[in-house]
Amino acid sequence: MFEFAAHTFANNRANGDKGDSLTLSINARAITVAPGVSVAAAIAMAGSIVTRRSVGGAARAPLCGMGVCQECRVTIDGRPHQLSCQTLCADGMHVQTGALERAA
Amino acid sequence: MSYYDVLVIGAGPAGLAAAHAACAGGVKVGIVDDNPLAGGQIWRGGPDQQTDPRAQSLWNTLRDAPNVTFLPQTRVLYSPEPGQLRVQTAAASDTLRFGHLILATGARELLLPFPGWTLPGVTGAGGLQALAKGGYPLRGKRVVVAGSGPLLLAVAATLKLKGAHIVAIIEQAATPAMARFAAGLLATPSKIAQALRLAAQLKDVPYLRDSYVRAAHGDGTLQSVLVQRGKGRGLETLQCDYLACGYGLIPNVELAQALGCATASGGAGTATVVEADHWQQTSVPGIYCAGEGTGVGGVDLALVEGRIAGLSATGQIVPTHADFGQRARWRKFAAGLARAFALRPELATLAGDDTIVCRCEDVCHGELRTHTTWRCAKLQTRCGMGPCQGRICGGATEVLYGWRPDAVRMPISPARIDTIIA
Ligand SMILES: Cc1cc2nc3c(=O)[nH]c(=O)nc-3n(C[C@H](O)[C@H](O)[C@H](O)COP(=O)(O)OP(=O)(O)OC[C@H]3O[C@@H](n4cnc5c(N)ncnc54)[C@H](O)[C@@H]3O)c2cc1C
Ligand code: FES
Repeated sequence: MFEFAAHTFANNRANGDKGDSLTLSINARAITVAPGVSVAAAIAMAGSIVTRRSVGGAARAPLCGMGVCQECRVTIDGRPHQLSCQTLCADGMHVQTGALERAA
Repeated sequence: MSYYDVLVIGAGPAGLAAAHAACAGGVKVGIVDDNPLAGGQIWRGGPDQQTDPRAQSLWNTLRDAPNVTFLPQTRVLYSPEPGQLRVQTAAASDTLRFGHLILATGARELLLPFPGWTLPGVTGAGGLQALAKGGYPLRGKRVVVAGSGPLLLAVAATLKLKGAHIVAIIEQAATPAMARFAAGLLATPSKIAQALRLAAQLKDVPYLRDSYVRAAHGDGTLQSVLVQRGKGRGLETLQCDYLACGYGLIPNVELAQALGCATASGGAGTATVVEADHWQQTSVPGIYCAGEGTGVGGVDLALVEGRIAGLSATGQIVPTHADFGQRARWRKFAAGLARAFALRPELATLAGDDTIVCRCEDVCHGELRTHTTWRCAKLQTRCGMGPCQGRICGGATEVLYGWRPDAVRMPISPARIDTIIA
């Protein structure tokens, strides 16, 4: 019933074997990165490190870099609350940050 | 639902060493980690990419072993019943069954609040290192590395290698403590070599002892930090693009606690650790713990503890005197480190009334300081009730107010509804 995306050692290098660059979109803007780059890094490369807005509307960016603080949450391919520090970029991925949202 | 004779949680040095030792026994081994690649904190980016030959050798064996399965990007959330763990990936969820369980969940950074610490550009020290290893663009960026402990040197060296300009390293510990620590290194020669290597890489970087960051400033993003220099030397402003600030490590004990494993702490100012016996077994039979979870001790201790756990869990009673001797030596090293870098009391006084302490729920110091316990503060302010579930503010409130979290809430990380009801 359940399918695990990456299950084996062969898949471990995730995008590693797919060539030397991949293109994704950050807030509808295309960006090309090397394989093995995290979504958090791609967001920073796209110009603003902001990933989300706090309850009070302040801009926040990655803090712990290791999947603990949840400050790096973004929407990836329509799925909200994904940790951008623990997700590798994939070709054709769509990332939406909270950078453009207004203070509450 | 799949079954593993030995299930290892965490693919850092401890988990890889445990899986390596266990798989030699011929049993079915599973390794779970929430990152896309194995390696944990120190070998982030994959064990096969490291210069440490131990990383490559462990990984090559595991990769080629027919009885080992690696489950990356898989996060353990809770245990629905004994012998089972509920896990979640980005897209799916599953229940894993196990005979023996080895917890090698590592540690996280202790991050303390100060005015401006929520500004984009302020990160943990190991936090920015981890982000950099994931490709975070730091070339030409000015970075202040601050906090406490030898990790600051490793972080600065990594960031420099990635092209960052390290403005300064700011260590809160005073000089005498550092000198004692340096003398203690004589008992562990491999650490001296490491320290000298780092010193050479960082020889042009100012290292300010007896100093700490009081505040971070910036309009929208970080622009400068205010540094308190040792007694009587006053304040200094440093311009920077990033502040990488961490005050040492705290063991990740939540999963162990959720499974009923006993924890211990040496009292105020000391971390809560998972209790493990001579064989690395916890108070719950069949559940082992290795690495930073049993107490922060670095990669060498993590490796030997992992090996002992893997051998014990598979009944290969060959952990030798050499293993136990090594473990004792590295534990002593870790204890010396903790003493040398004990936190100064001023660090608990930096937050102002309007400084946010709980970043998930925007709860300020002024709202929290009037409460007497963690539970009471949680109920009245929602502190610690957000997605990080007190992982960040819990360490902070312990230092600021002396609170200890009372119980672990399930699931231990945010879970999708379908993960829980399936
Ligand atoms: C941010 C950071 C950076 C560090 N950098 C260095 C360094 O440069 N040099 C150095 O000597 N030491 C460094 N350390 C210290 C480091 O912790 C140890 O040296 C060593 O990595 C410990 O090994 P370990 O196997 O015990 O834990 P770790 O290496 O931390 O491995 C634990 C693994 O378990 C995973 N995990 C935890 N909980 C779950 C869960 N519920 N579900 C699934 N997976 C889970 C984690 O994501 C992690 O990959 C760093 C520590 C931190 C926190
Ligand atoms: S930066 Fe903390 S969870 Fe991603």
